[in-house]
Amino acid sequence: MTQRQVYPEISLVAEGLACGRGGHALAAEIAIALAPGQGLLLRGPNGAGKSTLLLTLAGLLPPLAGSVRYAGHDAEAGPALHYCGHRNGVRARLGVAQTLDFWAGLNGRTGLSIAEALQAVGLAGAAGLDAGYLSAGQQRRLALARLLVTRRPLWLLDEPSAALDAAGQALLARLLADHLAQNGLAVIATHDAIAVPDLSVLTLGEAA
Amino acid sequence: MNGFSGILRRELRLALAGGGDMLTLVLFFVITGALVPFAVGPDRELLARIAPGIVWIAAFLAMLLGLDRLLRPDREDGTLALYRLADLPLSAILAAKVIVHWLTSALPLILAAPCLALILGMDMQTFWRTLLSLLLGTPALAAFGTFGAAVTVAIRRGGLLAPILIAPLCVPVLIFGVGAISPLGGPDQAGAALLLLAALSLMACALSPFAAAFAIDWGEE
Repeated sequence: MTQRQVYPEISLVAEGLACGRGGHALAAEIAIALAPGQGLLLRGPNGAGKSTLLLTLAGLLPPLAGSVRYAGHDAEAGPALHYCGHRNGVRARLGVAQTLDFWAGLNGRTGLSIAEALQAVGLAGAAGLDAGYLSAGQQRRLALARLLVTRRPLWLLDEPSAALDAAGQALLARLLADHLAQNGLAVIATHDAIAVPDLSVLTLGEAA
Repeated sequence: MNGFSGILRRELRLALAGGGDMLTLVLFFVITGALVPFAVGPDRELLARIAPGIVWIAAFLAMLLGLDRLLRPDREDGTLALYRLADLPLSAILAAKVIVHWLTSALPLILAAPCLALILGMDMQTFWRTLLSLLLGTPALAAFGTFGAAVTVAIRRGGLLAPILIAPLCVPVLIFGVGAISPLGGPDQAGAALLLLAALSLMACALSPFAAAFAIDWGEE
């Protein structure tokens, strides 16, 4: 395993951020400052705006106010982040290895090889299978494998442990710990406990 | 370029795996054209005169059928959001989509055109002209279609909206497409119509990926 590589130093800075849908603000005055190697857990009840905040941090939704910066990121090097949402982007009628190979080709083969990544998420035995036959947990593992084939310093994960079994949760914690140890950053919205030490916590929707 | 060919491979694989879609398209094209003789009556002269228009209308309608599966499945399973974060610009991804749309919904029609020509009793010269004008004109329809699909992809029940949206854009394609087959004036006009048709296709294919990418970024709000 090529684990000794280190990401370029990038920090995520959000100032006075307000995010919401259709002009309706769900969360306001959010300040985030993540240094290399730090992870942030987003907590809060359903509907507190965790997913919306992640989409805003990813640049998929425009912020209602404030700004998001990836300080120190070289724009020439391609996108800084991986987003892993509720929907896995897994399509039936494409093979498991084919799906992963497609994303590696699209985003750049800068990380693990396809076989290594499938091995890492425990899908090595399913490589030739139609991705539509995978269970929900396996599809989630395949979505996580996508983060491994292309190296990007910031991971934005929305409910990454949903549908994962106990072994899958341990796997997720291991992947995250590895990622942070390489100077990576992560923002994780979840209701589950994630066994990674030293994660800071941001709780949304407390006032409401 | 690795990612670009990857998208082409992925989309073609998906289209071929669901092979029934393409067959439906071809059958729709042939049946639409074959219904017209029943509607207008068995007048060979009239049919020969309107045959180019029938072929073009049938092709236009058949190509609309594939629009809804161009981007909507990608949006529903989250792939479209990931496309926006890909290393490849969204416009390049959509350019690949235009090519795939042409390959999967225009090329089968062109290959099936001889069937329709036979049913409509076209002569050999008209048939070759029809083939040429379809070849040159359908890329514009594919480009406009991709744009229409991109504009309506964020709307939950927008499937029927895209055809209505792009129909006005396609009017010039139909005019010059038919004009290139059956010249109304002298024979010179067919050549000119063919050139205009090619120009339309080039323009549409060059601009639509950027317009579609803009529409998607905007639509996601």
